[in-house]
Amino acid sequence: MNTEAIKELLYKMADDLLVIGHRNSEWTGLGPILEEDIAFSSMAQDKIGHSQALFQILHQLGEPEPDTNAFMREAKQFHNAQFLELQNDDYDFSTIRHFLFDHADQLRFDNLANSSYEPLAKVARKIKGELKYHVFHADIWLNKLGNGNEESHARMQTALNNAWNYALGMFEKGDYEEQLIADNIFEGEQSLQNRWLAVITPIIEKANLKIPAEKDWEPVLGARKGYHTENLDQLVTEMSEVFRIEPGVEW
Amino acid sequence: MINSLDPRIKREQINEDNTIAPLTEMDQFETYEVFHQKKRGDQHVHVGIVHAPNAEMALLFGKEQFGRRGLSVNIWVVKTSNVFASDYDDADIFETVPEKQYREAGGYKVMDKINKYKKENKA
Repeated sequence: MNTEAIKELLYKMADDLLVIGHRNSEWTGLGPILEEDIAFSSMAQDKIGHSQALFQILHQLGEPEPDTNAFMREAKQFHNAQFLELQNDDYDFSTIRHFLFDHADQLRFDNLANSSYEPLAKVARKIKGELKYHVFHADIWLNKLGNGNEESHARMQTALNNAWNYALGMFEKGDYEEQLIADNIFEGEQSLQNRWLAVITPIIEKANLKIPAEKDWEPVLGARKGYHTENLDQLVTEMSEVFRIEPGVEW
Repeated sequence: MINSLDPRIKREQINEDNTIAPLTEMDQFETYEVFHQKKRGDQHVHVGIVHAPNAEMALLFGKEQFGRRGLSVNIWVVKTSNVFASDYDDADIFETVPEKQYREAGGYKVMDKINKYKKENKA
């Protein structure tokens, strides 16, 4: 078992979840209606919980303990896809991102539930129900807004166009890709992306929206190796503000 | 219009003289009544109301508001407008005369028999 390969996989997943969890939590108190505000905030908390479980495994592999790892690194040390650090913008973009990311997230954990690396497989099996609910939520909103009125449809299509190449960047391959596949730890990003496309395409069509033409696909890469937008600096500064006042203090 | 940095205030469209613009169509979603089942076989119990644009989303919101903590296996939602309710002015239809106790379960004296049975079968 290659520990470095597993760490790479865990870091990108944990950072994806931490960053999107934080971004989505910024809607707390500002959601479109009270019920949705609570639902979206609750799912954001779930994401942070999932990231915590992964940071816990990393800790067992010799990395810093979860809080320190989450709050004491600089932006350039994060492995999350750029897609997840972008500003929330309006609810249309946040909903599209929620839809695109959560499907990829669910499929990834779905595969990892059968991983030969048992600690990760265990987490994947434990959070299955939550992920199902997140995707359920995303699909209903996508359908409602895509088929809503002219304005909601146009906004969703624009948001999808803007999000698309960033979303493809979620499937950037790591250095240990082949090894993870060979060791039956993870199916690999290419396989995951194919399954993701197969799942989301009919749902997007049903919402009366169009995936951008394939000739325009240009995945935004580099973030897994630390190339980020300035949005991540802002996010990390804000997210870790309280922790850094007094690291290690008991809350 | 009061232009606040807080979107919760801004979207209320409050005039300078503090009056609030009247509700327009689509301003508020319809309400759904939520019924929650704790375990299979139990009755669904009414637990509250959510605003939602359709039944599917009412289910989501119902789950979030009322099924998030504690046990839950199932949720029903029903459009509030589909509920037929009696009138409080007619509340006197529920009044009944006290002599009809024989029609209620409490009218039967059976505890003695039950206790006797338990005692006999314990040995």
